[in-house]
Amino acid sequence: MAEAATLDTPALLDVRDLAVHFELGSALPFFGDRKTLRAVDGVDLTLAPGECLGLVGESGCGKSTLAMAILGLLSPTRGRITLDGRAVNPATDRGHLARTVQMVFQDPYASLNPRQTVRRTLADPLRIHGITNAGEIADRVADIMARVGLRPEQADRYPHEFSGGQRQRIGIARALILRPKLVICDEPVSALDVSIRAQIINLLLELKDSLGLADLMISHDLGVVEHMSDRVAVMYLGRIVETGPWREIFERPSHPYTRALIAAIPDPFLPETAQLKRVGGEIPSPLDLPTGCVFHPRCPLAIEKCRSHPSPSLQIVGDGHLASCWRAGETT
Amino acid sequence: MMATVTATTTTPLLAVESLRLDIVAGGAAHAAVDGVSFEIARGETFGLVGESGCGKSITALAVMGLLKPPLGVGGGRIKLEGREIQSLPASEIRKLRGKRISMIFQEPMTALNPLSPVGRQISEMFVLHEGATWREAERRAVEALASVRVPAPERRVKDYPHQLSGGMRQRVMIAIALACRPDLLIADEPTTALDVTVQAEIIDLMRDLCAERGTAILMISHDLGLVANICARVGVMYAGRIVEMRAADALFRGPRHPYTQGLVGSLPRLGTRAANGQRKLQEITGVVPAIADLPPGCRFHPRCGRTTDHCKSADPATTALEGGGLVRCHHHG
Repeated sequence: MAEAATLDTPALLDVRDLAVHFELGSALPFFGDRKTLRAVDGVDLTLAPGECLGLVGESGCGKSTLAMAILGLLSPTRGRITLDGRAVNPATDRGHLARTVQMVFQDPYASLNPRQTVRRTLADPLRIHGITNAGEIADRVADIMARVGLRPEQADRYPHEFSGGQRQRIGIARALILRPKLVICDEPVSALDVSIRAQIINLLLELKDSLGLADLMISHDLGVVEHMSDRVAVMYLGRIVETGPWREIFERPSHPYTRALIAAIPDPFLPETAQLKRVGGEIPSPLDLPTGCVFHPRCPLAIEKCRSHPSPSLQIVGDGHLASCWRAGETT
Repeated sequence: MMATVTATTTTPLLAVESLRLDIVAGGAAHAAVDGVSFEIARGETFGLVGESGCGKSITALAVMGLLKPPLGVGGGRIKLEGREIQSLPASEIRKLRGKRISMIFQEPMTALNPLSPVGRQISEMFVLHEGATWREAERRAVEALASVRVPAPERRVKDYPHQLSGGMRQRVMIAIALACRPDLLIADEPTTALDVTVQAEIIDLMRDLCAERGTAILMISHDLGLVANICARVGVMYAGRIVEMRAADALFRGPRHPYTQGLVGSLPRLGTRAANGQRKLQEITGVVPAIADLPPGCRFHPRCGRTTDHCKSADPATTALEGGGLVRCHHHG
């Protein structure tokens, strides 16, 4: 049955009912309460080959935890991750995972080893994954450097000799050297200067087209997400509250949280944002979730039902557009 | 009497004139800020925008009298209501700081004292600057917390910074900064460390409180959208200089300096992809030059699309623009 399902949907990545919970506090009695932090709680996600999915949410919403689980760096509490037609078992599939999914990190200063040359940073993954021919390694290092806009003769330099934008190019080259099918970008431009961001965004768009890469683009910057994504998923406190094609999400946002995110963009020359309602308050502690819909304390549209009933599962509100809100139908 | 009235209406609250800030490295002084001039009127909101290293933050620190070696004022004047303050002794500057000019910083956790309840940190302002008793000051601290819309302020005054969320901490910072009703609030990237929905609230709060009290704002940020949202006028800094200074909406809608044009064009703004289907962003090629290794001529010429031989040798002067503002470019258009 599972086989048939994967044939019907040729998804590169298929995440079903994924949950990552952390047990906090003492395991011993009388030493305080044991608490469960539900960082990711029942997430469904699919990603087609060559597609870019923008994952949006504020800090603590679980977007990075979700990325870690897909990379096999955290074991899920519940749920299933199928990658390229294979169910992922992080314990046994390290090699397969690393060749299929790679990550571009936020901070190009912290994510590169300062004591390794660029060549070593790029060549090590090849050696680990069985490519030992020196000529082939040199060719692939030169090729990937050219693709990310660096000169191959810069390969013998150390990270401190590069600017922030160039370092992020090295980070991208490192992620792409094993020719993965999926790249997870976790806030790839937020640590960079404004004038450099456009360079990196354009590079990622180019590589996606030329290499047929699928991207999972994690960001809190809706402008970046709108430019990069084919589809968008909005996360709040461990759950996806709205998902759909980028144009649907930005032009007809259905969940009040998505609207609040769009309204919060400090761009005074966006006339339509003025009409959207901002939200007050702050994200509640994930250890102490509100009853009912977890967004209701901040929601301008909350009604009695929202306070007493957990939010519904994702419901269709448009073409490929789903939202988890009791009032989604009324508000679109 | 008349004379003083006219003087206060014509003298700007803050005037920075040809400010030069030096950084001493390897025995040589390099100008990290060079020839920066701007004025802020009473109650006005002014923004300085630029990338890291352009000199915007140290300009703010110089106004606060907080520069420390290897940084120092190398020339120019900073005037508060006509009075030069750049060379005042530390004891005099300390009387202005917090009372006439206040500052809020990017990271409220590092700017607050972790060992002192937030109420006490607010009370301190009233005791130090207004000679209030601690009892009186504590009562006013509760009011100050209420004014920045912190819920249950009478309980919150007893909290330590680590017990508050990032947004609440920044509210406390604003309460401290505005406690003595300063004439000028300097905000250096006040919302960069905050989540987007919280950022919007803090900006609204800052804008409302300052408008209510007639406090002028000097906002420092790399975020052009944010600055345009809160400030009436904006100065764009590049490599230690103001390259364009104009009304915020004029700057955003019709930037004149190639660098500003590049910045506005490179922003992944919401709605542009839907409007013209374009995904690729306009790029500014190259990187910001190092202060110790500035190019000759116009400092932007190696990255500029309009560079001519003239730009490579001659440093452009500022040109006044019709309709107000100025630009520093040979080929502004």
